[in-house]
Amino acid sequence: MSAHPILAVEGLEKRFAVGGGFLRRASQVHAVVGASFTVAERSSLGLVGESGCGKSTLARCLLRLVEPDAGSILFEGEDVRRMDGPALRVVRRRMQIVFQDPYASLNPRRTVLQTLAEPLRVHGLARGTEIEERVAAAIAEVGLPADSARRFPHEFSGGQRQRIGIARALVLAPRFIVADEPVSALDVSVQAQVLQLLEGLRERHGLSVLFVSHDLGVVRHVCDRVAVMYLGRIVEEAPVPEIFDDPLHPYTQMLRAASPVPDPKSRFALPRVVGELPSAMEPPAGCAFHPRCPAAMPRCSRECPTLSPVGTGRRVACFLHSPAP
Amino acid sequence: MSATTASLEPARGWTHRFRANPTSWIGVAIIVAVILAAVFASWIWPLDPLEQSVVDRLMGPSPEHPLGTDSYGRDVLARLLHAARISLLIGVLSIALAMAVGSAIGIAAGYLGGWFDAAVTSLLDVLLSFPTLLLGLMVVAMLGPSIENLVIAIAITELAPFARVARAPTISLKSRDFVEAGRALGFSDLRLVVVHIIPNLLSEVVVVASLWLATAIRTEASLSFIGLGVKPPTPTWGGMIREGFENILDAPWLAVAPGVAIMVTVLGLNLLGDGLRDAIDPKVRRD
Repeated sequence: MSAHPILAVEGLEKRFAVGGGFLRRASQVHAVVGASFTVAERSSLGLVGESGCGKSTLARCLLRLVEPDAGSILFEGEDVRRMDGPALRVVRRRMQIVFQDPYASLNPRRTVLQTLAEPLRVHGLARGTEIEERVAAAIAEVGLPADSARRFPHEFSGGQRQRIGIARALVLAPRFIVADEPVSALDVSVQAQVLQLLEGLRERHGLSVLFVSHDLGVVRHVCDRVAVMYLGRIVEEAPVPEIFDDPLHPYTQMLRAASPVPDPKSRFALPRVVGELPSAMEPPAGCAFHPRCPAAMPRCSRECPTLSPVGTGRRVACFLHSPAP
Repeated sequence: MSATTASLEPARGWTHRFRANPTSWIGVAIIVAVILAAVFASWIWPLDPLEQSVVDRLMGPSPEHPLGTDSYGRDVLARLLHAARISLLIGVLSIALAMAVGSAIGIAAGYLGGWFDAAVTSLLDVLLSFPTLLLGLMVVAMLGPSIENLVIAIAITELAPFARVARAPTISLKSRDFVEAGRALGFSDLRLVVVHIIPNLLSEVVVVASLWLATAIRTEASLSFIGLGVKPPTPTWGGMIREGFENILDAPWLAVAPGVAIMVTVLGLNLLGDGLRDAIDPKVRRD
């Protein structure tokens, strides 16, 4: 793993106004709270958490599909947040996104050829027959039949559509890809194929990937490092083996326990944590996880732990693992 | 999410559903007949709709004049056929204008959102609060009666429905993943709207157009009836009803013939529009 980060995010914040209206104050949802992390060149970082924890919002902030409220996003050393129209257009050639729902992510009225050729035309990267050649190459690369180009999205299965979505993200030859739950909408049998495809592409093209998922098992196969998110905050970040063998944060332990283990003998006792994800509109005071945490201390409901380094190469936001005040 | 996905599922088979619906065929047949009658009026019945003949005034139906003559001795059938041209022309032009301008307003409001959307929506509500005829009457009274002004007046009365119908799908489409994907690929707002949003809401707008075309024709007839339409002696259906009204007791066919023409045309358009809507909108179809 190279030490050079392709992406360095610092203190990223996103708040949404919810409800409100005429003479009525909108309440705010703090979707992403002070997120800081890096993605090393040619590596893949998994971003896991329950539905609604803000992981998709965070992912979309990186591409400025959602405008962040604060923080910096350094992509190859340049701050994406400070970019205006033309610079943003150029950087968008180099960072792309694969969406969760393969049924919503393709324009139903455009053929595969049109969908894949449009980015090349808009960025002036190819002309004439070269466009068709590059589209054909992209179609072959994601493992679709050669006659796919003239067909419409509805003629394909979910897994095939996801391949089209991946081809669209790759056609501009990006350096970094945000994969926003790319397999959660697919059948389990198809998931493995699409994951293998993504892995192969990552190796062949030397891509860096931010892999958003709610499924720790999926992340285990495709990621080098994992960041665990809870109610808008990153609570633990560590290399994949550490997360699975020795999760530190009680929430990571809970996620780990919820993820099936192939070998029954290797299963070890972890606290089972129940309860629902609290509303992001009124997050609990202190550490947001304390109402569900088996190891909660009085301090946890008053103060919020910060994400601090533990050992080498991992960070955790929990008073169990931080020095006493 | 899945509900919007369904309505956006491609046109695979909506033409089939349209064809399988017998009432839409009746609508198509009526409208084609009316259009043919208007286009080939001079061949179908080669009498001059403007030629007066005092001797022949207020004659009942006869082989020479199947629908009789009016108080100037003009042939009612010839006038009816030529009036179809004016009525259809004004209806189609005004709907085309309302569709272009209204949809553009609605798409802009839906896409830009924020205070612009709020302002536009409020203005549309004001526009909608006027009865169609009253609004048309006000505009024609301000601009003066002529074919162009009539088209503009009727178009203004029908801006709001088009703006509303275009705005709602724009709002849902602009947050769809394929539009987001386009944004991530560096496409301009104009490209996103023209290439990715408009083609996906066009079918809904076209359905509204076919339904409101009937209203446009009725509005034109109503304005002509109260004397704010196309100036005599040019025949229009509304104008013929008004002229016929003066002799409703002696020669009822004068008012009844154009009345039936309006009714049949409006019925045909409504059947056609309903058929299109049922075929395109799967949510309505299920009921």
